[in-house]
Amino acid sequence: MTGPLFDITVAVARIAVFFAFCFGLVVVMTWVERKGAAYIQDRRGPNRADIFGIRAWGLFHPLADALKFLFKEDFIPDNAHRLFYQMAPMFSLAPAILAIAVIPFGPDVTVMGRKVALQIADLNVGILYLFAVSGMTVYGVVLAGWASGSKYPLLGGLRSSAQMLSYEVSMGLSLIGIFMVFESVRMSQIVAGQGGLLFGVLPKWGVFVQPLGFILFLVAQYAEANRTPFDLPEGESELVAGYHTEYGSFKFSMFMMAEYLHMVVGAAVVATLFFGGWQVPYLGDAGFLLPGGSAVAVPPAFVLLLRIGAFVSKVVFFAWLYVWIRWTIPRFRYDQVMRLGWKVMLPLSLLNIFATGLILLLLKK
Amino acid sequence: MTIGVKKVARPREMSFPESLYLVEIVKGLGVTMGHLLSNIVRQEGIKTIEYPEVRREMPPRFRGRHRLMKRENGSPRCVACYCCATACPAKCITIVAGESPDPAVEKYPVRFDIDMLRCVFCGMCVEACPCDAIRMDTGWFTPPDDTREKLIFTIDTLLEK
Repeated sequence: MTGPLFDITVAVARIAVFFAFCFGLVVVMTWVERKGAAYIQDRRGPNRADIFGIRAWGLFHPLADALKFLFKEDFIPDNAHRLFYQMAPMFSLAPAILAIAVIPFGPDVTVMGRKVALQIADLNVGILYLFAVSGMTVYGVVLAGWASGSKYPLLGGLRSSAQMLSYEVSMGLSLIGIFMVFESVRMSQIVAGQGGLLFGVLPKWGVFVQPLGFILFLVAQYAEANRTPFDLPEGESELVAGYHTEYGSFKFSMFMMAEYLHMVVGAAVVATLFFGGWQVPYLGDAGFLLPGGSAVAVPPAFVLLLRIGAFVSKVVFFAWLYVWIRWTIPRFRYDQVMRLGWKVMLPLSLLNIFATGLILLLLKK
Repeated sequence: MTIGVKKVARPREMSFPESLYLVEIVKGLGVTMGHLLSNIVRQEGIKTIEYPEVRREMPPRFRGRHRLMKRENGSPRCVACYCCATACPAKCITIVAGESPDPAVEKYPVRFDIDMLRCVFCGMCVEACPCDAIRMDTGWFTPPDDTREKLIFTIDTLLEK
């Protein structure tokens, strides 16, 4: 295969694989959310949809949901702003899809004598791109709230914009420590930097070098994704359904997909920045090198599989954590959200930057 | 009589680790995970009744949908006296009386319709009946149906049970 053809094939293949993985996980997550919620609350959850009598613990429910959304009437309320009303779901879903581009889902592999990075785009601005893109999500929410021409969506949109802007600040600041430690904003370099060992025992994962940064980032991310305990923008007891109250059919489904895609991307970002991405502890290119000095040789193909498997399982765990947290913690009050965002998270993230800088300075000396 | 003052115990002040919430959230996660795992392992422990397949056992005195009783020879026990229709607060019983072929019985119901959509399940008809011809002891609700006409139960439906 010649140069450009090879590049295009690789690019398309990477996009197809990772896109399929993310959307597959989105579909599974809608099922996990409903079933997990049910079991946590001592219920049975969805178990009725069946294909030829096979129920498979309700696994066909996402399929049934999608079909139902596709065949529902695509209506626009009279009071809605027609253009913005139709733009909002796209603005919601597009940033979430764009964000998956910079996440490395495996180490570099050699295909036909050429090095191929298992990442859709290894941008040198990495995380900054991620922030730029995910910052646009708020437009979808605000646009939906305003364009619906109804009171509840408007309130939901307002809450959401205030909340997302507040937490964007501490989310960005909580990552500065990571940049300082790994000296890069490029995702692939941050992952590569987490391959080493700390004190010869602990893997040098972001969570061990930046524990406070990890907690702040995780909390800020839950607020960004509008998930419980920060799901005030769609607090059903107060706002019916928040910004997507007036939406139906596939437009609603797009908001739904955007929410779950945010969870998946968020999980992937946490795994990448704080849990070593595709790195497996003590696993080098040739095999395991345990801290005791013993080594276990592993064939290269198996190393690759282990690493991709590690990434997938980390993503699945953090996606599950979203669901787990949702059914554990009740929703905050609005003033509590704002107090936490500005009076706790912001000072702590500044403190984290300061402390990280101080320690790095002392270590350099 | 003096008004008693009752001291309500206030929740104690949170200690510092508690006010950070982090440990408490992890404890909460433990609780929810415990429920999740125990429900997955012991499915029979879940209280949910799988409705169409499994039915709740109703208490013996539950007033459910009606049934008409039969005599030993299979004819309806009802003598079309209109007592139930008169007692009915929802006016959901329609009776048309006819002369009974049996010389011992004066009348029998040619039509006996209960509009289940109007019935309020008060049980007045059962109390009013002088010959215990109508009972509400089937132990189940009116089953759902797709037209209103199907929910006007005729004498044949009522005699079936």
